[in-house]
Amino acid sequence: MNIFLELFVTFAKVGVMTFGGGYAMLPILQREVVDRKHWATEEELMDYFAIGQCTPGIIAINTATFIGQKNKGTLGGICATLGMVFPSLIIISLLAGVIETFSHLAWVQHAFAGIRICVCVLILNAVTKLFKKSVVDSKTFVIFCVVLLGSLFTPVSPVVFVLLAAVAGVVLQNLGGKK
Amino acid sequence: MMVFFELFLRFFRAGLFAVGGGMATIPFLYEMSDATGWFSYTDLANMIAVSESTPGPIGVNMATYVGFTAGMQSGNATEAIFGAVAATLGLVTPSIIIILIIASILKSFRNNSYVNSAFYGLRPASTALITAAGISVAVSNLFYGADWSRWTAMINWKGIVLAAVLWLLTNKVKKTKGLHPIVFILGSALVGILFSMN
Repeated sequence: MNIFLELFVTFAKVGVMTFGGGYAMLPILQREVVDRKHWATEEELMDYFAIGQCTPGIIAINTATFIGQKNKGTLGGICATLGMVFPSLIIISLLAGVIETFSHLAWVQHAFAGIRICVCVLILNAVTKLFKKSVVDSKTFVIFCVVLLGSLFTPVSPVVFVLLAAVAGVVLQNLGGKK
Repeated sequence: MMVFFELFLRFFRAGLFAVGGGMATIPFLYEMSDATGWFSYTDLANMIAVSESTPGPIGVNMATYVGFTAGMQSGNATEAIFGAVAATLGLVTPSIIIILIIASILKSFRNNSYVNSAFYGLRPASTALITAAGISVAVSNLFYGADWSRWTAMINWKGIVLAAVLWLLTNKVKKTKGLHPIVFILGSALVGILFSMN
């Protein structure tokens, strides 16, 4: 099989098998990319994953681009990424059409009312985990509070907060000497 | 035509500034809802649920869903699919550009103290943005017709009880806390139907 097609197909497979993205994807990537295809070593995969987590964008996409790039350069990175998003495009488009058709039914509305409550709890759980990892001292706690209040009570765009926080990180880390 | 271009640009922006994976795009989706009216906060909560319960990265699924919905509003099923493609490509384009740059300078990037300290500030900010979005989702689902100027609102008691039970099941009960989110989503759908939740 053509290597570009192979990258596309392999990452499409990873996409189909991943529910939820992020950490859920790691064991599947290990099996497909490290054990079967030998496109990266275990350590490289962990490195890509770590960088993918802290750079902008979806972690799964960042990791896919990295692995594709490492093997076949820019075009390889693009093929791997397109493979990763392909199943989502098909599945969600089909599902959105179906949901649209049945959304007026009373029981469907009740079901989604229950589901929305579950979403609140899932977000709360995700935030709790992120909080433990990102709020590590009093400075990061202050950044957290300022951005939280700012985004709840002012119409300022998230973009502004992200940029200011990056600057604040550099300033705080370099003013106070060592961390 | 304009709507596809706008979808691409708006998701390009989300992909460029959302740090920390799929959940980090949620604040940008709220901003999008306010700015465009393509979907309501309620629609958004439904989209998050569907994106969590289907295969694929959550962030990509949400982009596809929003693109599909926006395209559908401006036309028919064909435009909906073009909308889904435009939004998804918009979301992944900044990732591709950024990662291709980083891949070429990998070692020096990881060890650069300015890069590390920027992320030291970025991470709590990203957490705060997701928290704020989560609070908006919670308020719009646990209270009806809230009027905060007078501090009056109808409380969704069924919702609050379900939320408390779900929190216990996902955090405290050993047997259930490791289960995949789709189990809780399907369970909540069933509870919603049985108790006629609104």
